[in-house]
Amino acid sequence: MNQKYVLSLTVRDRPGVLVRVAGLFARRAYNIESLSVAQTEVPGISRTTFVVTGDESSIEQVEKQLQKIINVLKVINHSEAKYVDRELMLIKVAVTSLDERTELRQIAADFRAKIVDVHQNALIFELTGDEGKVEAFIEQMRPFGIIELIRTGKVALTRSAEDPKVKKSVLAAKAA
Amino acid sequence: MTGSEVLLKALELEGVNLVFGHPGGAIMPVYDALYDSSIKHVLVRHEQGGAHMADAYYRASGKVGVCFATSGPGATNLVTGLATAHMDSSAVVAITGNVPLSLIGTDAFQEADVYGITGPVTKHNYLVKDVNDLPRVVKEAFYIASSGRPGPVLIDIPKDIQNATFTGTFEVEIDLPGYKPTIKGHAGQIKKAAEALRAAKRPIMIVGGGSQSAADQVVSFVDKTGLPVITTLMGIGAYPAASDNWLGMPGMHGTVTANKAITSCDLILAAGIRFDDRVTGKVSTFAKQATVVHIDIDPAEISKLVEAHVPVVGDLKDILPRLEKELNKLELSDWWTQLNEWKSNYPERFNREGKTLGSQEVIRMFYEATEGKCVVTTEVGQHQMFAARLFPTHKARTWITSGGLGTMGFGLPAAIGAAFARPGETVICIAGDGSIQMNIQELATLYKHQLPVIIAICNNGVLGMVRQWQEMFHHERFSEVMLADSNPDFAKLAEAYGIAGYNVFDRETAKKLIPELLAKGKPAVVNFVVYPSEKVFPMIPSGAGVEDMIIGDQEPEYDYDTDIYGEKELA
Ligand SMILES: Cc1ncc(C[n+]2csc(CCOP(=O)(O)OP(=O)(O)O)c2C)c(N)n1
Ligand SMILES: [Mg+2]
Repeated sequence: MNQKYVLSLTVRDRPGVLVRVAGLFARRAYNIESLSVAQTEVPGISRTTFVVTGDESSIEQVEKQLQKIINVLKVINHSEAKYVDRELMLIKVAVTSLDERTELRQIAADFRAKIVDVHQNALIFELTGDEGKVEAFIEQMRPFGIIELIRTGKVALTRSAEDPKVKKSVLAAKAA
Repeated sequence: MTGSEVLLKALELEGVNLVFGHPGGAIMPVYDALYDSSIKHVLVRHEQGGAHMADAYYRASGKVGVCFATSGPGATNLVTGLATAHMDSSAVVAITGNVPLSLIGTDAFQEADVYGITGPVTKHNYLVKDVNDLPRVVKEAFYIASSGRPGPVLIDIPKDIQNATFTGTFEVEIDLPGYKPTIKGHAGQIKKAAEALRAAKRPIMIVGGGSQSAADQVVSFVDKTGLPVITTLMGIGAYPAASDNWLGMPGMHGTVTANKAITSCDLILAAGIRFDDRVTGKVSTFAKQATVVHIDIDPAEISKLVEAHVPVVGDLKDILPRLEKELNKLELSDWWTQLNEWKSNYPERFNREGKTLGSQEVIRMFYEATEGKCVVTTEVGQHQMFAARLFPTHKARTWITSGGLGTMGFGLPAAIGAAFARPGETVICIAGDGSIQMNIQELATLYKHQLPVIIAICNNGVLGMVRQWQEMFHHERFSEVMLADSNPDFAKLAEAYGIAGYNVFDRETAKKLIPELLAKGKPAVVNFVVYPSEKVFPMIPSGAGVEDMIIGDQEPEYDYDTDIYGEKELA
């Protein structure tokens, strides 16, 4: 049975590591729905969040294989513990009248989306939220005419209550 | 110092004194530096051969094998060799030249994306972009290749890096925070494994390729506990074949005793095996009653295909002695009565009185002449399976075959690599007439180095293994398996390379020749003309379970015209 998984990988910022990760997903016929990568607080270490769909029976094997990649430091399968996830979207919407402009501003305020670019025929909104919120906003924008949009894909962190060990080590370092 | 000199020095620091390779434009600076180096270089005739030699060098000695190739076609020729090493967990470091950094990605002459191509068939790979990284990269490559679950590592070095001036240091540390193989087994898990073993009435131990580096520990463990031992294709030699506790090989072409034991046992102690589908057959019917205690250094192998009830991750060298301490001789007399009954009911059967020679009897003659005290390499096909059953060896690292990838063309270069790794020991390559032609050019390498390698070609005139499947599962539709109509005269071919060559058609000549060749210790090619319809039995058809095992009747008499180049239609 196919299922959706949110996996976070802490990786060394070295060429080739994402190729190996992507290759592994492909070999096991996992589809990558979204992927975000960026530096962490430690120089040279990046954190990636993958949203993949694939076979339920092989996810554990995929995690172990990911862990074997030399430059993968840590693999977290978020379905195993509560987590917080967000994504960011930039969406460019057509505006043809003052009424529309007012209406769009109102919807944006409801969603707590920010206007980041203004043009006589278009507005760009920035929205952060979980998948549901992002998708609801897209639906609201549709009737106005979406010119283009981009989403970062999910980023995720395990909730602190589920991960007490890590927290303790940081607190200890702070105390020292 | 130039990058090339740094590379060779770094290799020397890793204890390398022998590399297998083939030069070309993009690696010429390295070959120039090699000219003044103490490292011995074996010039192979095809880079695939070099990779297999390096692979077998490791398998036979436990020392990392090294091969060199140039960019583009040289590097792509390595790919089969790397994949073979990867599948069988063999420690190889491959060094490839590449076009200068500034030309990478421009479709330059002899450029290939070697880093990209080799990723999936290596444990790790590097593209070096700074000459000062070389000492660290080489050090890491050897560490990664040889530690944990061994595997091949490739280092791709652009030509300008080979020529660049080094301003770095050799005092470097390995920098691999994401790579920490588990060596020490978990004490609690070892206790659980001991409990399970004490409770078992019908336990068996299956020893795989991972045991080749822990053979002493395996032997000591079996001596103490009295467990019956099955060796997989990759485990042959890690426990002495033909000793009382040995039940043979499991799986598709395994012995009846080993397969019946697996089906009836209540515990499997799996040591360094990965439950390949050729071993398990249909997983749902595999060892249904057994508690599986799985010891492996690679956590990803645990419960990959067969659920492990008691997993123990770590090095067998650490775990087996600790497990042994927890145990005494196990009380298994009823179980042994059963096993011994199977052993005597199902001895190895093959025809040695037919009108024409058969592969099995030829292979057995070698076993009898050497008592298995030699190094065996094989090609891939029926002869490989026959050799696994009839020509096992008794020492670790002396039985070398392409198990995981099943690479035709492995055996001859592997024999050369093994001969370099174990000077003074005779190496016998059991080959098929199809496989031998896949890397036959390495006869030149063999000639040059005059190694004690005897190549025994079981020349059945066909791609026998394919032919067997066609006979059994494809209604005897023998599609494209005929070799006899265009095989070369292998004896003449050997002679053309300067190697003694023999065509053998009959039993008496074979019996006389084999001991003579063994005594000589010189390279030789013996072409044994054998009949084409011989089959590998027992056999569990692909995807079936042990209950579907075809034990196989004695082969019918086959009156095969001894003129292999002749007109006779096969089957
Ligand atoms: C490179 C490669 N190509 C194809 C195969 C498929 N294959 C497996 S066994 C075999 C026949 C081998 O023939 P031969 O070497 O004559 O050995 P025999 O089975 O006759 O003993 C073939 C074609 C393979 N294993 N490797
Ligand atoms: Mg053949």
